[in-house]
Amino acid sequence: MTGRRTLATARRVLEQLRHDPRTIGLIVVVPTALMALLAWILTDADFHKYGPPLLGIFPMLVMFLVTSVATLRERTSGTLERLLSMPMGKGDFVFGYSVAFSILAVIQALVVAGVSFLLLGLDVRGSAWLVVLVAVVDGLTGTALGLFVSAFAQTEFQAVQFMPVALIPQLLLCGLIVPTDELPRVLEWISWLLPLTYAFNAMQHVAMNPTPDTRFWIDLGVVAAMAIALLAAGAGTLRRRTP
Amino acid sequence: MASGGSTSGVAAVSVSGLTVVRGTVTAIDAISFDVPSGQVTGLLGPSGCGKSTLMRAIVGVQIVASGDVTVLGAPAGSPGLRARVGYVTQAPSIYLDLTVRGNLRYFATILGAADDAVEQALDDVDLRGEADRLVGQLSGGQRTRVSLASALLGSPDLLVLDEPTVGLDPVLRRDLWALFHRLADAGTTLLVSSHVMDEASRCDRLLLMRDGHLLADATPTELLARTGRSDIESAFLSLVEGGAT
Repeated sequence: MTGRRTLATARRVLEQLRHDPRTIGLIVVVPTALMALLAWILTDADFHKYGPPLLGIFPMLVMFLVTSVATLRERTSGTLERLLSMPMGKGDFVFGYSVAFSILAVIQALVVAGVSFLLLGLDVRGSAWLVVLVAVVDGLTGTALGLFVSAFAQTEFQAVQFMPVALIPQLLLCGLIVPTDELPRVLEWISWLLPLTYAFNAMQHVAMNPTPDTRFWIDLGVVAAMAIALLAAGAGTLRRRTP
Repeated sequence: MASGGSTSGVAAVSVSGLTVVRGTVTAIDAISFDVPSGQVTGLLGPSGCGKSTLMRAIVGVQIVASGDVTVLGAPAGSPGLRARVGYVTQAPSIYLDLTVRGNLRYFATILGAADDAVEQALDDVDLRGEADRLVGQLSGGQRTRVSLASALLGSPDLLVLDEPTVGLDPVLRRDLWALFHRLADAGTTLLVSSHVMDEASRCDRLLLMRDGHLLADATPTELLARTGRSDIESAFLSLVEGGAT
């Protein structure tokens, strides 16, 4: 793995996206529109309760889908095979994608958070910048999960179907619907293995507390560590030789 | 072009007892042959005979059941070979949502190719006029050439080209074969597959394949002399129908 090849890959992915403005639009607009819908259907009290965690979760969903389809396209078009027959590290590929999508995740988080705070009247006790930070890390986790899961899909149809498999159980178990300590014991244990649980806790913490404590940084660190582990696992699924 | 006589020099590719099984099908059945360096070797046979699988094994992207493939003195697929072997798949493996130049620049960086390699490759495949167009807007033949240009970037010692001239107009086909021979004269080894038998006469050496077996490994002239036929297509038929090998 070399920095030059990783950065060239990131630049290439961004250049591809530049030629596809509609996708960029969807990445930014979809989570923002969902937040607006949420503000519309919920009472003010409920919006303040559910708004911040969902502001972290929507980017994760969108980035998951975009990444799993983008990397699957590399597999089916033969470009991944071509790259792996060249002096290209598996890490160059995976981290190149994650650098490109991180940049996108930052733009996405800034727009979603900006609109939510300035136009939709969302309010948190902590810093709005920490909300943006958590949303970016969540988006990156979605990217990492999408990269990993795309290894198990052979078609775009399958890749899209992995979303309910990979994300909905996390959504049910992360604490948003039922607090994790009220879950059946086995499910509570499982919830501690899922990145979204820590992402939810981190976002809740910013929503409830004026200043972040160690617990917040630990939660955010666990999410980031899980994202990096998923990226490494994603690199591990790449095969230079295939049947 | 197609001079008779034995192969000279060291083999660029040496295949011995290669067997590849894909699913339940034996795609390649105990094949052995050498590809001489600095020549254009044609790999000919009908669609589905195992040409692409054989090429994948030489490039080192195919899981093989048994046998040895040695490329430029190292086992196929060795890390050191990745910058020295250029591979063009049958379906163009390039990015449709990048420009021609965008594709070439990216692959050049991955290969660590020189800065002028991109412009040189554009000239080699005659796509300078199309350089700033998105690949997705190009015709099938133009895409094939972008894919070929991407493989030329690192000035590889071995070029493995899977049906590079399919669907191209005759003028372009002639120009590409001229390019292949220019590269060979400069020392590059080329292995070019085709299912069109009339391309055989453009090769220095031929490998004829059918159903995962090697029917013949000879120069075009040798092959015609051996079978007593006047063109490669009839020579192929006579070999299939139990003629001498």
